[in-house]
Amino acid sequence: MRKVGIIGVGHSKFGVRNDVNMNELVLESFKPAIDEANIDLEDISFLVVSNVGLWSSEELPAITIAEYLGLTGKGSMRIEAACASGSAALKVAHDMISSGEAEIVAAIGVEKMNESFTPNVVEIIGRAGNYFWEFENFGMTFPGYYAMYATAYMSEYGAREEDLGEVAIKNHFYGAKNPLAHFQKEITMEDYLKSKYVAWPIKLLDSTPISDGAVTVLLASEDAIRKIGSKDVVWIKSIGYSTDTSNLSKRSDFLSLEAARKAAEIAYKKASIDPSKITNLIDVAEVHDCFTIAEILAYEDLGFFKRGEGFLALREKQTYRGGKIPVNLSGGLKAKGHPIGATGLSMIGELTKQLKRQVEKSRQADIKKGWALAHNVGGTGHYAYVTLLSTEK
Amino acid sequence: MKSQKEQFDEFLETLDKAVKEAKRAIKLPLIPDQKTGKLLWISNRELKLRYVLSIENIKEFFEGLLKGKVLASKCKLCMSIYFPPQNYCNKCKRSEMEWQELSDEGELLSFTKISVKPYSFSHLEDYIIGIARLKEGINILAWIDEKDVSKLKRGMKVKLKVIERSEEGYLTYGLIPEYSS
Repeated sequence: MRKVGIIGVGHSKFGVRNDVNMNELVLESFKPAIDEANIDLEDISFLVVSNVGLWSSEELPAITIAEYLGLTGKGSMRIEAACASGSAALKVAHDMISSGEAEIVAAIGVEKMNESFTPNVVEIIGRAGNYFWEFENFGMTFPGYYAMYATAYMSEYGAREEDLGEVAIKNHFYGAKNPLAHFQKEITMEDYLKSKYVAWPIKLLDSTPISDGAVTVLLASEDAIRKIGSKDVVWIKSIGYSTDTSNLSKRSDFLSLEAARKAAEIAYKKASIDPSKITNLIDVAEVHDCFTIAEILAYEDLGFFKRGEGFLALREKQTYRGGKIPVNLSGGLKAKGHPIGATGLSMIGELTKQLKRQVEKSRQADIKKGWALAHNVGGTGHYAYVTLLSTEK
Repeated sequence: MKSQKEQFDEFLETLDKAVKEAKRAIKLPLIPDQKTGKLLWISNRELKLRYVLSIENIKEFFEGLLKGKVLASKCKLCMSIYFPPQNYCNKCKRSEMEWQELSDEGELLSFTKISVKPYSFSHLEDYIIGIARLKEGINILAWIDEKDVSKLKRGMKVKLKVIERSEEGYLTYGLIPEYSS
């Protein structure tokens, strides 16, 4: 297997982006990525586009984007793994290079959710489980699914709503320092507690907004990197993956996302990492906080903290900058925004910049070992990907 | 108070009027976004989408509802119970299934109350959804017959019952909380 490095990243502003269409939004991420990589369009042999769609008008986004960018004729596909689509795109792009099939591949994640109205978007995401047995008859919603985990977790371990609030407060704290974030505003516990329930015990301020955004990550083989002369390359060390049942009712206890645990196990094993020492190795992590409870579950599923103790780590600010393991210094999905198909690649883009010490000083992690971790979950633990990045080859 | 459906429908009506007005004035369906002022094309096309689902191979489940029973499918070879029912045992890789009525005794594993509803549920009042574990070890997700979420507790007893969704006029199943006195 050949080694695969990241030679360029670009990240659009996330938010309600009705000032641009989907192609223009992608360009906002694509242009800086190819400029950084210092390559020509001809050097790219394939573009993998992660996009969930349905709320946006283009049914063949990979094709419309390729036409706009001048990449018509290259190989392409659209990838769907719900909110983990971006990581799935990274996996496909990575494997095309590691297998020797391609030298340079563009992974592009984009979502334009605000082309539809909110009630329709709520409807479409609510169907992201099992259509007949959960949606058709019972009207589940996306926050509703995660609420099942929040209710069970809080009851089992004695966590309070304020503990969920700590996640939102932390991520808004960092989102306020990220000029690309959807919400660049800090919140207080008072704001959080006043926020309305969307699916008890989950409130509006536990939830990600409906965002538009695009991210481009350019990947290359070691040979191509040598030829281009790229310096400061971040390498993909391993990608772990797993899935869980469509029906939530087929899960056991709602205290952990099993797919995320398995994905982490695979990623750690492939990179020959001792899971018990993960927080010693990783300088910074981006985890999938589509709802605040999901960030707490992520701490435990990744082995950062013991089962049932993730919320205690937040009380001690262990996941702030300077803590045991800084998490979501981008603002996370919560404040940075969650344009579904772009999110996984946004994590990779953010961590690449973190490892290269290129983010705003006030949210830059202390890079010591040069390793970072992305935890990207699709649906309600339906898909999971864990990716390890490093500055060392 | 207006239902979420009424609120959204009113919003769409207002939008339609504005689009009509724009088309009359400038011959184009262009409206500036209320918040950002950016010019938007409001699509003239609307997609009405309703799915048609095959249930032929699990039709006994629906016949069961008519008799007041919630049925699961069971593999005749390894005795694995499937709910939601399916006509294939993925452990034996065989389709030799029979039907078994589920017990009505369950224990609540988790629950939520849906306040922000999908559009197609927005005509209804807020509803509580729970997941219960039945005696057989099978979990089932359904509405809980309760409006007040504070009355519910993880681990409490619930009964599984075939019920009529009166607001919509069809049979389904629900969970009835059993409060210990």
